[in-house]
Order: sequence, then structure tokens, then C-alpha cells
Amino acid sequence: MKPFKFISATSQEQAVTMLSKNAEAAYLGGGTNLLDLMKEHVALPNELIDIGNLKLKEIKATTGGYSLGALAKNTDTANHPLVRSNLPMLSKSILAGASAQIRNMATNGGNLLQRTRCSYFYDISMPCNKRVPGSGCAALEGFNRMHAIFGWSEHCVAVYPSDMAVALAALNATVKVQNSKAERTIAFRDFHLLPGNHPERDNSLTHGELITAIEIPKNNFSTHSAYVKVRDRNSYAFALISVAAGLHLSGNIIQSAGIAMGGVAHKPWRALKAEEFLKGKVATTANFTEAAEIEMAGAKALSHNKFKIEMGKRTLINALEMALKG
Amino acid sequence: MKQNKTQLTPDELKLFGDLMPEELEEVIQSGFNRRHFVKLMGLATAGLLASYTLGATQLFARPVAPDEIPDLLPEAIENGVNVTFKVNSGTRSVLVDSRMTLLDTLRERIGLTGTKKGCDHGQCGACTVIVNGERVLSCLTLAATCQGKSVLTIEGLAKGNELHPMQTTFLKHDGFQCGFCTPGQICSAVALMKEAKEGQASFVTKNISAEAKPLMLSDEEISERMSGNICRCGAYPNIVAAIKEAQTGKDVPQTWLFTD
Ligand SMILES: Cc1cc2nc3c(=O)[nH]c(=O)nc-3n(C[C@H](O)[C@H](O)[C@H](O)COP(=O)(O)OP(=O)(O)OC[C@H]3O[C@@H](n4cnc5c(N)ncnc54)[C@H](O)[C@@H]3O)c2cc1C
Ligand code: SF4
Ligand code: FES
Ligand code: FES
Repeated sequence: MKPFKFISATSQEQAVTMLSKNAEAAYLGGGTNLLDLMKEHVALPNELIDIGNLKLKEIKATTGGYSLGALAKNTDTANHPLVRSNLPMLSKSILAGASAQIRNMATNGGNLLQRTRCSYFYDISMPCNKRVPGSGCAALEGFNRMHAIFGWSEHCVAVYPSDMAVALAALNATVKVQNSKAERTIAFRDFHLLPGNHPERDNSLTHGELITAIEIPKNNFSTHSAYVKVRDRNSYAFALISVAAGLHLSGNIIQSAGIAMGGVAHKPWRALKAEEFLKGKVATTANFTEAAEIEMAGAKALSHNKFKIEMGKRTLINALEMALKG
Repeated sequence: MKQNKTQLTPDELKLFGDLMPEELEEVIQSGFNRRHFVKLMGLATAGLLASYTLGATQLFARPVAPDEIPDLLPEAIENGVNVTFKVNSGTRSVLVDSRMTLLDTLRERIGLTGTKKGCDHGQCGACTVIVNGERVLSCLTLAATCQGKSVLTIEGLAKGNELHPMQTTFLKHDGFQCGFCTPGQICSAVALMKEAKEGQASFVTKNISAEAKPLMLSDEEISERMSGNICRCGAYPNIVAAIKEAQTGKDVPQTWLFTD
């Protein structure tokens, strides 16, 4: 690792001020992603501001819904009674990720900002536009079985790895951030970015901005929701495809649906076309299948990941059926 | 014989007297150290401990005296951070380079080499320790973040000569082959017992909205919850049996038999 100064922040304001002053400084949450990247010389901060002692750990009900502190641990979030009973899809998505040890360390804010697991991004001897802008994308012509089928550009075909964020996308969350001047709120669909010409940017935060909380509006999905994750081994592996699905039903009519996919794009992929199709329809396998086909029609495979298109369709149908069963 | 400073039990004294007489005096005077432990392991592998079961069990449970670790030269440390934290039953203060992980600090600076370095990247669980009651990966924890915390490692589980129940069931069920992943497996399993008591959910928990505690873990639940600890030797069925027996307190049949 490159040497770095270590500072343990005692207040939110202090953390934001210190980070904003140094363009090469980084916040340290649970460290499960950042330290890994520092050991590989992919991340090279010269100063770490440890935010682990800040008080942003509360999980609570608000007037409009729920608020998850940015520094609450993934384990505590998944197990919070409010989350388990009202947002079961979110609990499931968190518990589908990583291992018990990692979830005990990982923070909600850090989880949102984890970087791609593209193996070329991790290997500093390979070209990678995300790591070194302009150096090229080794995955485009290389081994891209794990890579994107939606929204990629010729500059980067990586997928975003978080499971938790897939459920947050389906739940229409917002992210609260604090910078040295003000607080602002970012809609989840604008938080993570598609690669376009600037794959070095994963999200719309500017340097120094601190995530303080994730907010989730009230919804009617709690009795009909699911998180399905397909992976190479049963546990402790990143998704090939994952789907978070919630249905708001009146009888067997779908009032509204919240659906998002993981493992398919540079950001959690909100399945807006499928949601739109299902609105007002009867909850049947035939309609789920049509919704999945409409969504997947926009997919574009790379050389090694064509299987993800059929797998994506089936996982969508499966998740909707599981949500219907409740 | 001189005063028994290390307070070896009669069974331990007999084992040493018979099998390692040349080390006996040293052990009595200055404690059971890593070299003695390694020699004992050699005897165990050669099958020579069969008639000394009690003494051997007690010795394996003994905390191994840490090697003397010289302080690092100040110029060997960049961005030094002073940290004081509890490790097992004692409190340690160390000056660490800000880059130093908890794993390297335990092994290289405190002399507790029970915690193993497998991948150093969060992918295997060999480095699992229990910090403030929760299982975490020491390879992805900076020592500098441990100020004031309480760290429990494999060396801290036994009480004197008495093994932790999870260690006993791992032995009974042969929950290991090479043993490299074992400290991590056991620490992980010990913390898992607390998680089950608190009713924490897992990805395979059937109805996530319904809270139940304490939980009795099925084989499927144990496998899912232990998935962060990889075992290259594939001792998984035995590990699951050991955890099940530790949790239920009831005999679980061994998955293996001696044949001749
Ligand atoms: C072996 C392994 C397997 C894994 N498997 C999965 C999986 O299957 N699914 C999954 O979803 N994840 C998985 N993960 C990833 C894991 O979930 C993330 O590493 C974790 O969520 C990151 O959280 P953290 O608090 O440790 O972040 P850190 O590593 O501390 O930080 C990550 C980034 O966020 C920044 N940051 C942290 N907090 C804030 C904040 N409040 N405001 C602004 N910036 C901040 C940091 O500066 C850093 O850039 C796995 C990780 C490992 C090591
Ligand atoms: S896919 Fe993106 S992250 Fe992977 S090599 Fe290409 S540019 Fe880098
Ligand atoms: S050494 Fe820490 S997880 Fe492998
Ligand atoms: S016993 Fe050898 S790795 Fe598990």
C-alpha cells in the first residue's frame, strides 16, 4: 500500500472539511472495498479519514418512510425489525451479498460506493478506462462473461456489483449527502451513472461529499416482494444476474411494480419498461413473461455473456412469481 | 525438581517427561512456546500421543507464550498511529504504521499467530477474529481503527486448560484436515452462536419478516452462514456437524468412522 495519513474524524463537519481540502484523500467506512483496492494499488489515497466513529448509524421510520444511516452496518440494517417487516426485499438483498464477516464490517454508504469487480480494473498491468482514463478497455475484447448487457459503452462494459443497491433502486430510494456548503438529496436513478465517455465516474458525487443517509419512501410491496440472485456458487459470490421485485396488488390486479436488476449494467438497472407494462395487468405468469421479454429486448450482449439475456428473462419471471407468492 | 512455574498438570508433566524430556525444564521455567507446540504437533502426527490423550488435550488448549517481538525501529514506521486495544484477556498498546492491518499486527507485532493469512483480500475467512462481539475479517481491518476495541482471537477461546465447546466439537467431528482455515472457522462459528441467539436472519431464512429467537440452525442455515469461511480441504460436512453439536449440546453422530 502507498503510505497515507490516518485521521479519525470526530464530527461530520470535520470529516467533510478535511476531505474537501485534499483531492487525494478518501473516507474510510468499513474498508472492505477500499483497503482491498489499496492493497492492489488501484486506489492510491494519501490520506484516510476514518468516519467509523461518526454518529450516522440510526435506522428509523420517518414521516414519509424510512431512513438508513450511512454508517449503519449492513448486518444491522438487514436485521433491523423495521427493515425486516416493511422492506423484506432490502433485507434479503443485503443478506445475499458477501459473507457474514464482511456484512458486519460494511457500511450502507460504503456499499453504495463499492467499485466494479471487473478483473481488468483490479489488474494494474491491464488497460482500463475506469482506472486510467484513455488507456482502453481490456474487457471489451477480452474475457467478459461477467460484464454488462445494458447501457454499456465502448469505453467500459463493467457491471456494478452491489446487491443492496438493486433493492434500493426497486424501492425508489434517495441518497442524502453533505458537502462543505450544503446538504442535498439525489434520486437513486441519478446516483449511479452509465459509463458513456467517462467510465472513471461511477456516481454523481463530487469530491468531499459525504453520504449521510439513504431514504426510502413508504411502499405497498412488503407482502409481495422478492430478491433473487443467480451466481456461480450458492453463496459468497457476486451476481451473474439478480432481480429485486415488489408488487402492489389489489386482488390479482397489479397496481404498481418496482423492479430492478443487478449484474447487468454499470448501475442498478431499474426495469422501467417491465414496470410500465405490468401496471393494471392481472398477475399471471403470461404477463410476467411478456414484461420480462419487453425489458430484455433492449439488452445487447458482448462476446461471452449472451447467456445473460435468457437468464435475465427467466430471473425476472422467477422473481415476479416469488413476489406474487409473497 | 525445581518449582513448577508454568503450573503444568500431572498429565502434562507425564507427557513431557516421557516424550520431550529435554524440553521439560525449559517449559517449567519459561512456559509453553511455539517451538514446543510444533514439536507436539509432530508427535501427534506420528501417532505418539495416543496414550497421553488428557495431557495432550490440555497442552493443545494452553495459550502458547508469544515469541519475544522486538519493537520496530521508528524509521521503519511511516505515519505511525498509537493504538491501545484489548486482545483476549490483556490490553496491548502498539505503535503501528497506518497501513498495518489488524491481521499483521496480531501476527507480527503481538505474536499471536493463530489467526491465519489466507488471501489477504477478504475472500477466504482464514483471518476471522471477533471484534466487539462480531466476527470480522482482520485482513481488511486497519489496526489504526481498533483503538479502544476488544479483539478475541483463537488463542483467547480456551479457559486455562479447558477448551471452548466449539473447539471440543471441532476435535470430536474432525472439522479440519490441514487446519489452516480452522482458527477462522472456529472464531466464525463462535460468533455465529451469538447471531443465532439474537435471531439474526440469513439469505436462506424462510420468512424474513417473522422474527424468531433464539434460532436453532438447520444444516442449510449453517452452510449459508458459514460461507465466508472457505476450507480448501473440504471438511465442510464435519464442520457443520461440529457446529450443530455445539449449538444443540446434543450428540451429533460423526460423519466418519475408523475402519481397519
Ligand atoms: C470477498 C468479497 C465478496 C463480496 N461479495 C459481495 C456481494 O456478493 N454483493 C455485494 O453487494 N457486495 C459484495 N462485496 C462488497 C461489499 O459489500 C463492499 O465491500 C462493502 O459494502 C463496502 O462497504 P464499506 O463500508 O466496507 O466501504 P469502504 O471500503 O470503506 O468504502 C468504499 C468507498 O466508499 C467511500 N465511502 C464510504 N463511506 C462513505 C460515505 N458515508 N460517504 C462518502 N463516501 C464513502 C470510500 O471512500 C470508498 O471509496 C464483497 C466484498 C468482498 C471483499
Ligand atoms: S470494463 Fe470498465 S472496468 Fe473493466 S477493463 Fe473495461 S474500462 Fe476497465
Ligand atoms: S485472509 Fe482475510 S479473508 Fe482471506
Ligand atoms: S482444514 Fe485445510 S483448509 Fe480447512
